[in-house]
This record gives sequence, C-alpha cells and structure tokens, in this order.
Amino acid sequence: MRKAIDEFLKDLENDLLKMSGMVTEAIQQSITALKEKDLELAKEVRQNDQKINDIRLNIEEKCINIIATQQPVASDLRKIIAILNIITELERIGDYASGTAKITQKLGNGELVKPLIDIPRMAELAIDMVERSIAAYAKEDEKAARLINSQDDDIDELYHQVLRELISIMIEDPRTITRATYLIWVAHNLERTGDRVTNICERIIYLITGDMIEKL
Amino acid sequence: MMENLTKEKSLTSIIDTSSEFQFNGVKSTASDMKIRMETKNLTVMYGKSTGIKDVSIPIYDNKVTALIGPSGCGKTTFLRALNRMHDMTRIAKVTGEVLLDNKNIYDEDVNPVIIRRKIGMVFQKPTPFPTMSIYDNVVAGLKLVGIRKKSLLQDVCEKALTQAALFDEVKDRLNDSGVSLSGGQQQRLSIARALAVEPEVLLMDEPTSSLDPQATTRIEELIHTLKNDVTIIIITHNMQQAARVSDKTAFFYVGDLVEMGDTRNIFTKPKEKKTEEYLTGRFG
Repeated sequence: MRKAIDEFLKDLENDLLKMSGMVTEAIQQSITALKEKDLELAKEVRQNDQKINDIRLNIEEKCINIIATQQPVASDLRKIIAILNIITELERIGDYASGTAKITQKLGNGELVKPLIDIPRMAELAIDMVERSIAAYAKEDEKAARLINSQDDDIDELYHQVLRELISIMIEDPRTITRATYLIWVAHNLERTGDRVTNICERIIYLITGDMIEKL
Repeated sequence: MMENLTKEKSLTSIIDTSSEFQFNGVKSTASDMKIRMETKNLTVMYGKSTGIKDVSIPIYDNKVTALIGPSGCGKTTFLRALNRMHDMTRIAKVTGEVLLDNKNIYDEDVNPVIIRRKIGMVFQKPTPFPTMSIYDNVVAGLKLVGIRKKSLLQDVCEKALTQAALFDEVKDRLNDSGVSLSGGQQQRLSIARALAVEPEVLLMDEPTSSLDPQATTRIEELIHTLKNDVTIIIITHNMQQAARVSDKTAFFYVGDLVEMGDTRNIFTKPKEKKTEEYLTGRFG
C-alpha cells in the first residue's frame, strides 16, 4: 500500500520536474525569439504550449487517480493538492510565454521601439524564480520558498521601469503606440509570471506546514 | 520513546481545542462545546502489563469521536473503560477517572448496570439474541429492568428501530427471529437494542468491520443521524471511515494518547510525527 503510493508520488514528482523544465524553456525561447526576431522559434514556442497543457492534464489525471484509489491523507494529501495547484500555475506561465511568442509573430521583422535590456533581465529572474520554487518544492524547503517572494519585487520594479520608459516613448512619438504596447504586454507577461511563482511558493508552504496562506 | 509521551507534553499540546466550527453561519470554538464525558489520567493495567496509561480526553456532546491506532494500541481497552466493562475482567485494574456529566462512573455509589444503560455499546459483530424475535431483541433491555407494559414496549421498539433506520425493513416481520436478518440488518438491530434504553453515549467497537460496503454505508449514515440524539465514540481500523463519520479523532499508540483534535485537522495536518506516519501507512 505504502509502496504503491510512494511510487505514484515519485512518478508525479518526475512529471512535475519535467513540466517545470518545459515551462522555463518556453520563457527562455519566447524572449530569444523576441530579441532575435526568430519567427520560427516563436512558432515553436506556441506549438510547445500544447505539450505543456497536455502534461498538465496528464498530471491532473494521475492526481485524481491517486485520490480515488489510494485515499491519501496528511502529508500525502497535501502533496497532491499542492501539485494540483502548482501545475495550474505552471500551465498559466506557459500561456504567458506563448503570449509573448504571439507578440513576436505580430511584431514580425520590424524594428523594436527600444533595445531589449530590462525585459531579458525580467525573463532571467522569472526563470530563476520558477527553478528555485521547484527546487524548494523538491527539498521541501520552507525558508527558500519564502525567500523567492523578494525576487518578485525585483521583477515588479523592472516592470514599472519598462512601463515608464515605454510610456515616455509613446508620448514622444505616438506612431510607436502599437509596437510599444506589444512590449508592455511582454513585460506584463513576465510580471505575471513572477506573481504565479509566488502562488507556487504559497502551495509549497502549505505542503510543508499544512497552513494555507494568501500572501507570503 | 512513546512511554513518556503523555508525561512530556502538556494536555493542551496533545488535544487540539483551538479549532473553529461553523454551523448555519454561526462560529463556535471547541471550548464552547459541551463536554459530555471526560477521562482524567485514565490508566488500565492487566496484571503487570499496561493497557492504556494516563489518558485524559474530553468527549464532546452530540459529536462523533473516532479512536484510531494500530492493533494493541489500547483503543478497545479505553472504550471498555468508558462503561466499566473491565469490572468483569478480574485482572484488570482501572485508575483515574471517567466522568459522565461531571460524575465519576467509578465512584463507589455508582451502579455499573445503570452506567451501561446510559453508555451503550455496539460490538464488532452483530449480537442479536439468537432465540429471540426482532421485537424481543429490541426490548430485551427494558424487560430486563422490569418494564412489561405492552404499549410502552411497542412504542419504544418502533422508535428504536426507526432511529436505527431498520423499522421500514422489518415492520411486517417483527416476530421473525433476529438472526433471520442480513448481517447489516443484524448490526442495525444491535444498534436499535442499544438505543431502546435511551443511552446518552453510544460506544461502537468497529461496528462495520464484518459488513459489506452497502451495509457499511447504511451504518455510517445512521451514525451521522444518531449523533443528534447521542454522543458517539467509535473505534475503526478504516481510516477513511474515521475521516467520514467523526468530528474528533484520537490517535492511540502503545497505550498512549498521541494526539486528539478535529478530524479534519488530524487527517490533513496532524501535529505529531507518529500520527502522520500511521495515517500515511508508514507503520501499523
């Protein structure tokens, strides 16, 4: 009985690691595609989003199966509930990366309204946050999960900086409005990614402590 | 390690009374709930071996309290101490107190027969009296104390069978033998017999362990309804059953009470590592 549930949980965790790897790759590729105007890569990111959605559904189905057949309780139950929530957040992060790829396709080969400096930095931070949150999950490290929250503040700060810069560009030259707005959406996608990771961290804390917290 | 567990911890750390309950939008805390029974430093020895030691817990009125733990942990010993069943075991020695409405049931001026009327018991296997009809089974306890008035016995029989959710199934054959019923019906008959004497507390020792899933569901539904009238303490080896039917759960291990609290808390975030390990099947 215990062996069976241990095997199920191990399998779930492997899937979760795989999914988080797919998501961080999607963020990375979406920003590379934007920077390099690589429309083929943007197309690939959008196609891969379906694979992220599929693995999420697959993990969800496995969780339902474990609940139905193993009736998990205590930390086993919390782990499954945490995973169910984490995959939802990861799937949404995948959607943001796909959204960024869609913007790259819309921008096409035209010039960007500004050099990309802060947006790639935001992407780096977002990827780091996802990776560190999943590491905190794997190690059940409550302290690490709480620390990740401060990184979200850094992303938020960069977001506001990008926003200010793009608004001033639009004021100076209203012809840039469409293209600048696209970049605001990209920055917003990355900002939201940070928020989603803080949700993941809240679930990790629930897994470890059993306490539901709304804001870290 | 577990031997000194109770001594090492204050009662408040073992018994979680902090949780809130919500009913019809009105919040109340465990401290608002009425305590119907209470054990204080209850210890049961069998000769030199210890059955349970120093167990102090509250039993809340009109709530279902589940006792869980691996075989030999002292659940049944504890349950039997609650209606002085150990009186009949010569080598058993009970110390400490069992309070029912603040009166120690082990006091010298207390009649154990009356106590067992107030605190009824349902056993693992259905126990209909084989030579008696369904009707006689239900009213056996009343007849034992000299009640003979037919109309009263009939009323009590119908009420008890209805409470036990059996009346509709047997109303046309009350004179049939009790053992002619199915296993699940026999167990409900046993419950009806226990209810006929209008107990305040009902002790149930694995009441569904010999029943099929359908009969088990009937008994669980019955427990859910019955708690409006009586306070229930149930032993079960089925963790999911404890989670389904009880409001409070107490986990025993080698004679010690390890932890007691709201069932929802015990099954989602137990405080004690031992409870966690038992619930998740790491031992037991």
